[in-house]
Amino acid sequence: MTAIRLIPCLDIQHGRVVKGRNFVDLKDNGDPVETGKKYNDEGADELVFLDISASHEGRPFVVDLAEKVAEQIFIPFTVGGGINTVDDVRECLLSGADKVAMNSAAIRNPKLISQSAEVFGSQAVVVAIDAKRNREEGGWTVFSHGGRASTGLDAIEWAKEVAERGAGELLVTSIDGDGTRMGYDLELTRTISDAVGCPVIASGGAGNALHLIDGVVKGHADAVLLAGILHDGTTTIGNLKRAMDAAGLSVRYKKNPAPGESEGGVSFE
Amino acid sequence: MIVILDYGCGNLRSVSNALKRLGANAEIQEDLDRATKLIIPGVGAFGAAMRRLDNLAPAIKSYVNHGGAVFGICLGMQLFFDSSEESPGVSGLGLMRGQVKRFPSEMGLKVPHIGWTQVDPVQGQGPLKGFEDFESFYFVHSYYVQPSDPSVVAATATYGLDFCAAVRKENIWGTQFHPEKSGETGMRVLENFVRWS
Repeated sequence: MTAIRLIPCLDIQHGRVVKGRNFVDLKDNGDPVETGKKYNDEGADELVFLDISASHEGRPFVVDLAEKVAEQIFIPFTVGGGINTVDDVRECLLSGADKVAMNSAAIRNPKLISQSAEVFGSQAVVVAIDAKRNREEGGWTVFSHGGRASTGLDAIEWAKEVAERGAGELLVTSIDGDGTRMGYDLELTRTISDAVGCPVIASGGAGNALHLIDGVVKGHADAVLLAGILHDGTTTIGNLKRAMDAAGLSVRYKKNPAPGESEGGVSFE
Repeated sequence: MIVILDYGCGNLRSVSNALKRLGANAEIQEDLDRATKLIIPGVGAFGAAMRRLDNLAPAIKSYVNHGGAVFGICLGMQLFFDSSEESPGVSGLGLMRGQVKRFPSEMGLKVPHIGWTQVDPVQGQGPLKGFEDFESFYFVHSYYVQPSDPSVVAATATYGLDFCAAVRKENIWGTQFHPEKSGETGMRVLENFVRWS
């Protein structure tokens, strides 16, 4: 069995891990490499580093970050933020990243997806989709530039297009859910997951183990992304995976909990 | 010295970092002149990789035929075989007999197979030496190898169908998964290669 992946996400601004709510109100949560290492030791299946302060000129910050992460962490990781060209993708991969996430640049220039997939393979290309629910007419609209600009694109149609263009994986974030700890937008996740042939990562709103389980069972996600509840110590990866395992999901985790982790029963807190 | 072969096919830094962490004397090189052990990594397409490897193929075959230890990772292992459905008409290195096949997407499988999958060690030697139970390793691939000689299969895994997750024939080792991306468990596999003599 292939395990459901639990992926901590580290949003980075000016070199520090930050976490906000609905894409604003950011708080400092430490050094990216140290934080990544801690999650690796706790049993994370992958890591995602997104530079949300990325300037749009010159070499992306995440290239240097990828180099530092790759020296110390031996699980797959994705970097994103400030990726504009196939050369940016190449630099990130050569620096040790396994995958590169693209968002605004893919919306501006969808060929970036197909060109990158052709050169490096689909498995290296993650397209991040930030979507907001349309309260009146239903459906979801894609936002770019860190959730600030509406693109007018329908999220489901855009997901299908990027998958056809060769995206190997979609990171689907609900802007409404981001930082709320109220659970993923399951309908959004499921609609996209059922519409495309590539894996989908649920993101935006994870508050407890039940949300992760729902993301997989009801949202049909292949992987679940989370941030805040790990950064502030609300729970640990071990506890979350134990709960997922107890719910019958296939997860990869050490049966013997690391010191400091609860050995108790399943916690859905 | 362990040579990590650089033939323009993707990310070598992770393999190199992992070996350095194990304290091995390893370098990324564009030829195998100084190799006492050889690692052939690889990400990308079979045909493109063979074209890039063209000049080096005779040296690799001669090195291996003289008993040199080689470890192929992912596409690097697939290149050991005769041919691949990914690139019809392109010959592989032919170090092992067999074909490389694509996962059938009509089974409703998401292809590529990406993620941590349990591996069943069927040989107590080679890359999976010391592994007695199932352990999870990180895979990223759309194709899998089908050796003609089942005795070279060192480990199996299941993704829709049972497939060969690792091979071993004396000095020729390979894994379909990425040991350099499989955390501490993967480190043990690389350590097996570093220590093997």
